[in-house]
Amino acid sequence: MLKYVVKRIGMALITLLIIVFLLFILVRIMPGNPFPSERMSAEQIANKRAEMGLDDPILTQFARYMGNLLQGDFGKGTSLYNGAPIKTVLSTCISNSFRIGGIAILLGTAVGLLLGIVAALNRGRFMDGFCTVFSIIGVCVPSYVFLIFLQYNFSFKIPFFPYFFDPSRFLFSSVMPSVSLSLFTMSTIARFTRNEMVEVFDSDYVRLAESKGMYGRRLVTKHVLRNALIPIVTVLAPLVVDLLTGALVVEKIYGINGIGKLMVDAIAGEGIDYNYVLALGILYSALYIGIMLVVDILYGVLDPRIRVAAKGEEA
Amino acid sequence: MSEEAKTILDIKNLDISFRTNAGVVHAIRGVNLDLRKGETVAIVGESGSGKSVTMKAAMGLLDSNATVNSGEILYTFTDESGREQTVDLLKLPKKQLRQSINGQRIAMVFQDPMTSLDPTMTIGKQIMEGMFLHKGMSKEAAHARALELLTLVGITDPEKRFRNYPHQLSGGMRQRVVIAIALSADPDILICDEPTTALDVTIQAKILELIMDIQQKMKLSVIYITHDLGVVAKVADYVDVMYAGKIVEVGNVNEIFYKPKHPYTWGLLSAMPDMDTDDDRLYSIPGSPPNLLHEPEGDAFAARNQFALAIDEKLDPPLFKVSETHYAATWLLHPDAPPIEIPKELKARIARAQREVEKYL
Repeated sequence: MLKYVVKRIGMALITLLIIVFLLFILVRIMPGNPFPSERMSAEQIANKRAEMGLDDPILTQFARYMGNLLQGDFGKGTSLYNGAPIKTVLSTCISNSFRIGGIAILLGTAVGLLLGIVAALNRGRFMDGFCTVFSIIGVCVPSYVFLIFLQYNFSFKIPFFPYFFDPSRFLFSSVMPSVSLSLFTMSTIARFTRNEMVEVFDSDYVRLAESKGMYGRRLVTKHVLRNALIPIVTVLAPLVVDLLTGALVVEKIYGINGIGKLMVDAIAGEGIDYNYVLALGILYSALYIGIMLVVDILYGVLDPRIRVAAKGEEA
Repeated sequence: MSEEAKTILDIKNLDISFRTNAGVVHAIRGVNLDLRKGETVAIVGESGSGKSVTMKAAMGLLDSNATVNSGEILYTFTDESGREQTVDLLKLPKKQLRQSINGQRIAMVFQDPMTSLDPTMTIGKQIMEGMFLHKGMSKEAAHARALELLTLVGITDPEKRFRNYPHQLSGGMRQRVVIAIALSADPDILICDEPTTALDVTIQAKILELIMDIQQKMKLSVIYITHDLGVVAKVADYVDVMYAGKIVEVGNVNEIFYKPKHPYTWGLLSAMPDMDTDDDRLYSIPGSPPNLLHEPEGDAFAARNQFALAIDEKLDPPLFKVSETHYAATWLLHPDAPPIEIPKELKARIARAQREVEKYL
């Protein structure tokens, strides 16, 4: 198992290195100017380029960037936040996005699993139909529409929750964005759990367990859930990344200073901020790779077929 | 094979239909079957004839779209206080069926050992589950008993296998484990649903011998569901031939193999591969079983039956008595029927088989 994990981590690091390189090149090729050019003269721009080393050969730039990156330095923005260190700006945004995303993930997964289980246990009955309709709505309607709906009802008509995000009342003001973000995850997980469980219920091994005399809760917890959970972990992974990295529109609408909003600002601001785009790209990739790594390890825990094979012990 | 043995499972007039998207499929159309203590009954028939459904009904494992229209499945057992009791398994609530019958009274061995074990649970745990459920055994006692069962079903190194997961075992071993699971709570009746179909030919005989051996040791009554007449000949005391949701011929194994009366049984026997038959091609019964979505009028087999009489198109034949133990549902047995004999090739084949057997007696 340890060897398996070490190997997976090694692979992940190599993947990340390749991604950073590609991102670096792509950002440089991107059309547009890294500075707020409308406010600067040609001379100023030339000076700025020279100062930031943008005129050096691209590989030299990459080597310099990697050198800084390995020391945990993302550099400074080329146009955003007056050149404040990216690390500082990013850490505030990450903490906002991750906390709101994290709540959304927990809520979405917990309620989604519960809904899916209830639906599967009541196959063909009311709860199953309800869950199906709920899932379709949850998957089809974008999260910001839910957010606007919530804002209208619970900030405007019944003034209970704040209109906008307020870091000083973090939990309270993140209820609405978290709930609206969680609906997609919730629906996906509910649908998936329901289908997986129905499939497992029809399996031969559940029939055997029933023929042994297993029924009810014991049957579900001992035989059905564990087998149904394995594929659910797979769908959960990309959902987690999506939620953690913030939802662009929801953050924009609710005035949350998060990574999604930062990304939009970095690209659609007065200039394309090379370093922010790059830093965010690396963050997204690292998260994705990291979560996939966790999933791979989780598989091993849940599924003995993978665990035992990884141990190299064959019958 | 004592004649006085008590009937422990008595299926009476069982009638089951399934609701499907295409309509109602009348899969079981009045099945009668009995199993006496210590005996082995084989239910033979083509795929879709209703063999498995009949036994699934007894286990309470019918799919949710099934409806039992009529009939009863009477199971007679001696309870803890030594009193004899008879229950109708179809009337028992599912929870009670699972608690008091499944596993500890009637257990089942399934067709495909590759899929019938839970892939995420060790072999040992899966065997012990039944003991915890029905016997309230302690962990140590269950562990010891599970090792005993693994040894009984012929698994070497039971300690190691106990901790293995199903994917670490071969198909034959897994079927042994499934048998061990079935035996874990000392059942009276073992239902084997095509226990060897998914296995290599070399393993088949071993598994059958194992089941027969265990049947002796544990005084089990066994029901085989199979389409393999070779299996039937090897294991069964009585044979029920099933066609389109009905039992068309029933008799002891000698009567079915040497004196078959129903044209369908003739067809089944003729379709068995045999080295000495002069045909170049293997005989197969023409046509295919009727679609029970549209229930046939008269005898369901008539359309494929070269000996069909006019009445077969109109009226379903009742079971005609041939001997105390032998019945067949064919109009050919009616006193007014024209004398139609068993096909020549089959007759020759049976005669050959009998001579063969006599050599060994």
